[in-house]
Amino acid sequence: MSFLFVIPGPLRELTGNRHEVRLSGTARSVGDALSLLWSECPAVRDRVITEIGEVRPHVNVFVDGESIRYCGGLAAPVRDGAEVLIVPALSGG
Amino acid sequence: MPENRNVTPRNGDVIVLVGTMKGTFILRANKKREKWDAGGPYFPGSAVYATAYDGREGRHRIWAAPHSMHWGGLLRSSDDFGKTWTNPVEANIKFPQGTGETLKQIWQVVPGREDEPDTLYCGVEPAALFVSRDAGETWSLTEGLWNHPQRERWMPGGGGLCLHTILLDPEDTDRVRIAISTGGMYVTQDGGATWRPSNKGVRADFLPDKYPEFGQCVHKVAQSKSKPERMFLQNHWGLYRSDDRGETWKDVANGVPSDFGFGMAIHPEDPDTAWIVPLESDGFRCTPEAKLRVYRTRDAGKHWEALTRGLPQKGAYETVLRDALAADTLDPAGVYFGTRSGKVFASSNEGKKWSMLADGLPPVVSIKAATVSLRRGRKAA
Repeated sequence: MSFLFVIPGPLRELTGNRHEVRLSGTARSVGDALSLLWSECPAVRDRVITEIGEVRPHVNVFVDGESIRYCGGLAAPVRDGAEVLIVPALSGG
Repeated sequence: MPENRNVTPRNGDVIVLVGTMKGTFILRANKKREKWDAGGPYFPGSAVYATAYDGREGRHRIWAAPHSMHWGGLLRSSDDFGKTWTNPVEANIKFPQGTGETLKQIWQVVPGREDEPDTLYCGVEPAALFVSRDAGETWSLTEGLWNHPQRERWMPGGGGLCLHTILLDPEDTDRVRIAISTGGMYVTQDGGATWRPSNKGVRADFLPDKYPEFGQCVHKVAQSKSKPERMFLQNHWGLYRSDDRGETWKDVANGVPSDFGFGMAIHPEDPDTAWIVPLESDGFRCTPEAKLRVYRTRDAGKHWEALTRGLPQKGAYETVLRDALAADTLDPAGVYFGTRSGKVFASSNEGKKWSMLADGLPPVVSIKAATVSLRRGRKAA
């Protein structure tokens, strides 16, 4: 399976300045897929996920265009070839 | 993102660390403190409630706690006065998973005593104390305080349930006093293993019992380095002095326009001298009569005098928050404060005359002053 992670600007210094990170591995859920990203770019994890393993309240994760908040959260299923978009919510600054 | 400027302090210079709701700035001057230049903004867009300067063991390290609404908060440090900053892979201040809690904000960073040069303390929201024994590489939750049976009855104040003050007794290395809004003060005498409430004489107007064992909304506490038994306290209504290391407190709101306020600073040498900026009330947290006045006592609170020279005395609806007032360690002492409207004022003569160092900054939430030492010491971590 392969996944394309789209990284927001403020986190790119933690991904070697990559806008997109394409990774291969096995994942049954969005959480599994994100774990592949944490393995490749470990500093991204704590910026996106809290200590109790939840996506931070002002961060949105979209999989193939759908916010995971409305389709099962990190437990939502993920398909081979999915695009995972990490986006800061419309707040802050 | 805005372009950064940097400062290049020399040995003996004074730096003022300005934490704002949208980043950190570093102000620098020589010991005359007449001409200032500025570095920053660092971490633009992130709130920085806590900064610290660690000059122990030959370091000249600045700590800052940027908190992004999106990406959370952590501690970062700079050994070159802001030109470069660490960016830890893992967030360094994290609640253990078993607590079920998440970090909301870092409110205070305090380097340990001179004889514990690799120790740092960190106060956070929700109210908890973290300690590092390896110069900030790793941190652990102080379980003795976290597991205190009274913790479940602490209540958040307007700024959240925060541990905002950490006082390290300069003579007794096992004694630490902390303050929580709203939980009151707690003290340990065994290095953090056990904690007891310590609020005798401190009022809680918002509770049925006006003098409870704990639960006061303490806004800031300052302890004298030269006479550690002397402390001053700015309460949510109430201005106090202690002459016994905080075991008991006496009301010293003598001649102030209001005993409500946040910031509190004590003189680096004279234990009878302290500064505050009174605010009108908890319902209107602005300077009384629209005059920006710092009040100073030189007799341990028997009298307070208004210091106004150089400060606006008309239309000044200003707010100075709990960590936005500080003194340096020079003689005469410099005093600094920042306002929610983004101004920073300074006095190089203990408050006799003030000048504005900065205007138009984001809301100022913290001010720390330090004297830079660039002398070589033991190789620091």
